[in-house]
Amino acid sequence: MSGPTTIMARQVLQATRESKFARRKRVNAIALTLSLAAMTFGVFWLIWILLETVRLGIGGLSLSLFTQMTPPPQSEDGGLANAIFGSVTMVTLATLIGTPIGILAGIYLAEYGQKTWLGSVTRFINDILLAAPSIVVGLFIYAAVVARMKTFSGWAGVLALALIVIPVVIRTTENMLSLIPNALREAAYALGTPKWKVIMTVTLKSARAGVLTGILLALARIAGETAPLLFTALSNQFWTSDLNSPMASLPVTIFKFAMSPYENWQKLAWAGVFLITIGVLVLNILARTFLRNKH
Amino acid sequence: MDVKVDLPVTEKPKLSVRNLNFYYSSFHALKNINLDIPENKVTAFIGPSGCGKSTLLRTFNRMFELYPEQRAEGEIMLDGENILTSKDDVSLIRAKVGMVFQKPTPFPMSIYDNIAFGVKLFETLPRIEMDERVEWALKKAALWNEVKDKLNQSGSGLSGGQQQRLCIARGIAIKPEVLLLDEPCSALDPISTGKIEELIHELKTDYTVVIVTHNMQQAARSSDYTAYMYLGDLIEFGPTNEVFMKPKKKDTEDYITGRFG
Repeated sequence: MSGPTTIMARQVLQATRESKFARRKRVNAIALTLSLAAMTFGVFWLIWILLETVRLGIGGLSLSLFTQMTPPPQSEDGGLANAIFGSVTMVTLATLIGTPIGILAGIYLAEYGQKTWLGSVTRFINDILLAAPSIVVGLFIYAAVVARMKTFSGWAGVLALALIVIPVVIRTTENMLSLIPNALREAAYALGTPKWKVIMTVTLKSARAGVLTGILLALARIAGETAPLLFTALSNQFWTSDLNSPMASLPVTIFKFAMSPYENWQKLAWAGVFLITIGVLVLNILARTFLRNKH
Repeated sequence: MDVKVDLPVTEKPKLSVRNLNFYYSSFHALKNINLDIPENKVTAFIGPSGCGKSTLLRTFNRMFELYPEQRAEGEIMLDGENILTSKDDVSLIRAKVGMVFQKPTPFPMSIYDNIAFGVKLFETLPRIEMDERVEWALKKAALWNEVKDKLNQSGSGLSGGQQQRLCIARGIAIKPEVLLLDEPCSALDPISTGKIEELIHELKTDYTVVIVTHNMQQAARSSDYTAYMYLGDLIEFGPTNEVFMKPKKKDTEDYITGRFG
């Protein structure tokens, strides 16, 4: 079998292999360099932003930041207590309202209405809502709630933020549920499990890490949203826990203070930026550790 | 296809399939199947891929109903009642006819809860009886010694073979009358396979077992009756040693001797 022609053929094959392999190595090196460059570009700005936030924000950290109200311009003291309280209240309420609605709608899209007409329409509208600029949501709540109630209010802010939470949670819940293999659902049905119980105890539970990530994404987004609050909760220079009155929030206060020429306001704005960043980061880490300890 | 499907007079049929036709949308996947599955025996379905053996198995617990484009026509009698037209909730049928799948599918919960999950659907047991039931099921599935000290750990932390035995334990914990096994060993190594085959042998004292397998030796080793299927037809059915030693049909002989398929 190993005549001279076979040996020749083998040599030719080997030469082709080597040249093909050399080309693959070159392409690999180029692709690797490009993706590393892209990553460096992104990480560079991210780290710069974080460093600036820490550098300029950490100076404003003090006890009075959490105990005192937003000050008048060019005064000595003052803090962000009313804005922190307003943000925490409105973001928490908006998440509490938006999450169940989002999860339930996501369950409908993934488990009940995948191929139905209603499912497709809901999915399409949700995608539009997901991509809608937040200022549109703010103006909508202004027209629908603020204009009718004839006052800016914390509740209007909560509604606007909840409207931003819902589409994000719907989308991630649906995607995460769709990733669960049908074999797992079938195994649960095979035991005689009713559908609602399959979803609650098997499917949703398997997807909970992804669903929680969606909720955190939504929360992180509304924690920094300014536009939907400008026309709804407005702002408030003083402490209020009454959601029927205008309410201060960190993003709106940062917006107002950072644009001002007053040094004490600018300093507080940086402290506020630092607080939001750290707050979202800590929440993310906590949720992830909590999840990892479970099954 | 005219196949003689009568069981020996000594056997009592647990499931009787009559004139069963099955469709995936417009594809005719099972063609007029007639078959009796004997009680407290192991029946194996063999045949090349796509012959309809898994499809047939999935009609016995109406699993196909999860997919709206699939439909079955005909009769499947379980203890004298047609399960395809039964007015009982499908959950009650599935409590009687359990199923274990090709790939292990532990639920996202502890080993203990994986077993207790199905039991809780149909019975309210005090904690101590539930503990006994979990232990009983895990012992039946030959898994107890390996997991008795970590019942609170996640089921997905077990090896593939252990996970599959966990799924079998989960299936028998609710005490079904029929156990359907859809290629339960195809993802397992020979040692785990051996354990599961021993288990199948033990299970038939209490259960009627139906197993789909691609492994001819497995069918020959562990079953009492064998059905050979091809392209949606039931070609031959009979006691396993007869089907393997002196098959009546040329097709069956070609398949089991490896000349085809």
